[in-house]
Amino acid sequence: MEEHNPFSDTTSFKRSKHNVRQEITAVGEDKPLFPGASSSYTEKLKFLGGDVYDPIPVYRVMNKMGSIIDPSQDPGLDQAFVEKMYKSMTKLNAMDKIMYESQRQGRISFYMTSYGEEGTHIGSAAALDDKDIIYGQYREGGVLLWRDFPLEKMMNQCYGNNEDAGKGRQMPVHYGSKEHSFAAISSPLATQMPHAAGAAFALKRAGLDICTVCYFGDGAASEGDAHAALNFAATLDAPCIFFCRNNGYAISTPTSEQYRGDGIACRGPAYGITSIRVDGNDVFAVYNATKSAREIAVTESKPVLIEAMTYRIGHHSTSDDSSAYRSVDEVKYWDKEDHPIGRLRNYMLSKDWWDVDREKAWMVEVKKEVMQKFQAAEKLKKPSPQYMLTDVFDKPSKRLSQQAEELKKHVQQYKEHYPTDKFDEL
Amino acid sequence: MAALRRTLQSLCRISREKSSTLRRLPSQNAAIVCRNASAWTFVPDSPPDTLGETTKMNLFQSLTSAMDIALSTDQTAVIFGEDVAFGGVFRCTVGLADKYGKDRVFNTPLCEQGIVGFGIGMASVGATAIAEIQFADYIYPAFDQIVNEAAKFRYRSGNVFDVGGLTIRAPWGAVGHGALYHSQSPEAFFSHVPGIKVVIPRSPIQAKGLLLSCIRDKNPCIFFEPKVLYRAAVEQVPVGDYMIPLEEAEVLVEGSDVTLVAWGTQLHVMHEVARLAQEKLGVSCEVIDLKTIVPWDAETVCKSVKKTGRLLVAHEAPITGGFAGEVAATVQAECFLHLEAPIQRVCGYDTPFPHIFEPFYLPDKWRCLEAVKKMINF
Repeated sequence: MEEHNPFSDTTSFKRSKHNVRQEITAVGEDKPLFPGASSSYTEKLKFLGGDVYDPIPVYRVMNKMGSIIDPSQDPGLDQAFVEKMYKSMTKLNAMDKIMYESQRQGRISFYMTSYGEEGTHIGSAAALDDKDIIYGQYREGGVLLWRDFPLEKMMNQCYGNNEDAGKGRQMPVHYGSKEHSFAAISSPLATQMPHAAGAAFALKRAGLDICTVCYFGDGAASEGDAHAALNFAATLDAPCIFFCRNNGYAISTPTSEQYRGDGIACRGPAYGITSIRVDGNDVFAVYNATKSAREIAVTESKPVLIEAMTYRIGHHSTSDDSSAYRSVDEVKYWDKEDHPIGRLRNYMLSKDWWDVDREKAWMVEVKKEVMQKFQAAEKLKKPSPQYMLTDVFDKPSKRLSQQAEELKKHVQQYKEHYPTDKFDEL
Repeated sequence: MAALRRTLQSLCRISREKSSTLRRLPSQNAAIVCRNASAWTFVPDSPPDTLGETTKMNLFQSLTSAMDIALSTDQTAVIFGEDVAFGGVFRCTVGLADKYGKDRVFNTPLCEQGIVGFGIGMASVGATAIAEIQFADYIYPAFDQIVNEAAKFRYRSGNVFDVGGLTIRAPWGAVGHGALYHSQSPEAFFSHVPGIKVVIPRSPIQAKGLLLSCIRDKNPCIFFEPKVLYRAAVEQVPVGDYMIPLEEAEVLVEGSDVTLVAWGTQLHVMHEVARLAQEKLGVSCEVIDLKTIVPWDAETVCKSVKKTGRLLVAHEAPITGGFAGEVAATVQAECFLHLEAPIQRVCGYDTPFPHIFEPFYLPDKWRCLEAVKKMINF
């Protein structure tokens, strides 16, 4: 093996204890020797039900008023750090409002807000190393904002303009950035979960002390790929954090129609995965859990599952009217009584780190910034239609080159029937 | 299901049985596959002198050789799948775990969507992932990962991310008695998917060179291995590191009257069709191995048809929606003024792949010969 290659360091590879067969020691010893499980015998006929243990508790650090409940759990973050958390959450919120409205006005084709889940994004992102690679679902824009992904890049993606790194090919909110270690989002649910496990395995082999983080919703957790990912990560000892946003709904489907077990967290131990359930509206609880999970993943080369309990305050997307399947009062409770932004604001106010004037000034500033970037993105042209036919492969096949020629000739001939004025030249 | 699959590892051993009706062989190395009317002989190629030292290998050994080289020349490369650690149910990975370690050649849980998804993840951070699906028949649980993820990874991110390091290998094609789920040829499903390459070799020399090209290609590749050839096909294979270019068809036999296009095992049937057509009909056939299904080499095929004026495409997969349809439609559009007879497609019937009826199902040399006759007499 070549010495200089980071992937050549295989010493960190640990054998899973699950692969070690139980040794048959003494004949007649009254212990089951089946290879499939390490267990004991019982002479009582007893099935295990869903009520075999109490539900996994929800870990929290501060109450709804923003007071730390147990000082030993206070992460002790300094003012600047907490302010960045608050500003990232509110920036995401401000962007959501403007982008949602712009979709209503027909200026972008689609949008998905993160209302109520800002705490899960920021609390987790803040606890990670910025090099940890994110494999997200679609409602994790806050992770990018925490990593200082520029607002204009988000707007460019939503508009699919000629500054969009994705060349306008995907629907809005399908962000991606190599620089910010955030793999491009795709629409098929849960497909990113085994990716995160595989990437984590490769990073471990490379001897890099970073992990992968996979975000997914409670609905996506029902996909076969979720099962695949958890089992692969466990058996192959992949340093991967599975972060479930359990917000109560998958579009219109409530969790009561999604599963009958104790949420998602209880599935972790069944796969041999260290698991925890946290209050997703408590940014410090999310931070603490993610920080510890990262430590386990990186130092022990093991996956960890975090289930963050939260509530999807907004509609599923701009194509959804959630009043068709849930009450306005239910939504109002979470928006007014138990919101991650409100809770952190209370904490900052109690510390004298924030006040009404700063709140007002910041809101004006952030709204102005979003509007500026938004208008700038709207003014830009779309990329040249030639980019419709590139990047299918690393180099165009003969057939794709022919099709590019055909497109060019056709559009030149029938120019007036195509929106060529809105696009860069073909 | 795993146990059932394992019993199938013995399937291709039948291919060594010899048929008394076909003892007139052009080479001592030639192996005969006995399937009644569907019998054909494997005729070894001569390795090019430029590739140096050679040794006798069958198809599975040449694949092991390719993977051995891939692992020794690329420290990021790993091999994984169901039962690959002990050598694989078809012996393709024998010795590699011992040589390269358990973190480079390892078993996964029994879950095809997980295998491909895991490989995509590895490739997405720049590693080389060689995933094995135990039979092509079981690739469908990973269809979503292949079609929606692997194939579109580069395009959807504007070339910011890619999974070019991913190669998926899978045993493929009829094997004598594999029935519905150990015989399938699913290449046409994947031919409709922009962003992946699909490659099928005909012999050990080809398999090694094409597999190394797939592993090193900057795009996700599916490499289908004709499992009936694993042991039956034996020839002198260069022991060194060499690659055979993708997206290029090869004219194996030059001819002037009819063009025969096929890939994988069917190529050997076409060799016999060419011989029979010459003997019985005095017809000169040009035999082309397509090798890469997508993106395919239409130029080489069209050039040949412009010369011969007639085209027969044959494959084991069912005819409706099969890749022969794509070849036929393209050739019809490109070579309309040169065609002297309708293009013939001789393929599997539009049924699931049957067990006891396999000899009647396959596009054997007699069905192909009849199609040649039809074209000549048109």
